[in-house]
Amino acid sequence: MTALMLSVRDRRDEAAFAALFSHFAPRVKAFLIRSGTNRGLAEECTQDVMASVWTKAHQFDPSRASVATWIYTIARNRKIDILRRERRPEPEDLTWGPEAEPDQIDVLALQQDHVALGRALETLPEKQRELIEKAYFGDLSHSEIAEITGLPLGTIKSRIRLALDRLRHALA
Amino acid sequence: MTIKHHLSDKLLLAYSAGTLPEAFSLVAAAHLSLCDECRAQAAALDSVGGVMLDRCEAVAMENDSFAATMARIKSSLDMAPVAVPPSDDAAILPRPLRDYIGGDLDAVRWRPAGGGVRQAILPTSRRASARLLHIPAGMAVPDHGHRGTELTLVLHGAFRDQTDRFGRGDVEVADQSLKHTPVADIGEDCICLAATDAPLRFSGLLPRIAQPFLRI
Repeated sequence: MTALMLSVRDRRDEAAFAALFSHFAPRVKAFLIRSGTNRGLAEECTQDVMASVWTKAHQFDPSRASVATWIYTIARNRKIDILRRERRPEPEDLTWGPEAEPDQIDVLALQQDHVALGRALETLPEKQRELIEKAYFGDLSHSEIAEITGLPLGTIKSRIRLALDRLRHALA
Repeated sequence: MTIKHHLSDKLLLAYSAGTLPEAFSLVAAAHLSLCDECRAQAAALDSVGGVMLDRCEAVAMENDSFAATMARIKSSLDMAPVAVPPSDDAAILPRPLRDYIGGDLDAVRWRPAGGGVRQAILPTSRRASARLLHIPAGMAVPDHGHRGTELTLVLHGAFRDQTDRFGRGDVEVADQSLKHTPVADIGEDCICLAATDAPLRFSGLLPRIAQPFLRI
């Protein structure tokens, strides 16, 4: 995926973009539907998100985010925009030194992290994985999660913390 | 700069998942601009989001989707690219805040908030409110409790309350259980960004009467 994205970024390669599209567009669409967007709007917005992948390709830095993570952030921001009509303030960009070319070791480490994280998620108990999925896709606040499952807030918080701790340990 | 008080895991997760109200996201973005540790945590949580996206069970796109997307790209390329403002190392306010104010501290339109404290309410969605507070050196913000969550990020100077001292970059996360009287350090004025999802509860009678006018 990283090589495809770099071809899009550096060579404006339409075939590489088509390959990225066929992998990510159906997932972005699924993500938006799971977040409460209706199918028609989800289709529209996915096209928008994928168009941004092309037009903002120059912002992609493989030493800072995997392709999936980078596309996730674009889809998330679009979701906030369409579901809540809110802006999403972003942190100030770090200013990089003159040698902007990313270190290949960083790029590789990041790809490995992505794989390791995926495996770590697989090994989580079903309940914890569901909670993390709800937190990311359900557009639910912690108190809303508590309402739906009828569990006290404290339990939810500690379970998410536990899940995150496990994620961190798995990546360490 | 040593930052001692960070965003909680819960807030970082909600920021990464995109479920925080805009006013809280603004505090998070401003804190992340000053705090490398939380920025790294947020990046890690974004990568959990990336894995989640990858794990999504695909939903088929319409037949003409790819062509429609390429058409969108062609038409958006006709529009002028958005100029990125140059970075300003001398600025006191982090970039996400300057975006809301339209400049640095000198562009803030302060309004009196009582007791020498001044405030400027920022234009966010109504789910929560965000304001800049200017507390003169040595002054206190009236004693108050909270119905919801209040996040306070120090941008200049420092304040102290019953729990600890908070300097530039530090963020205090206060909920129902905390009743406090923040006092600005004596040496210099304190400027903070405060966001809350419920009106504050003042203990004294006078501030409570003034509350509707102050919008806090």
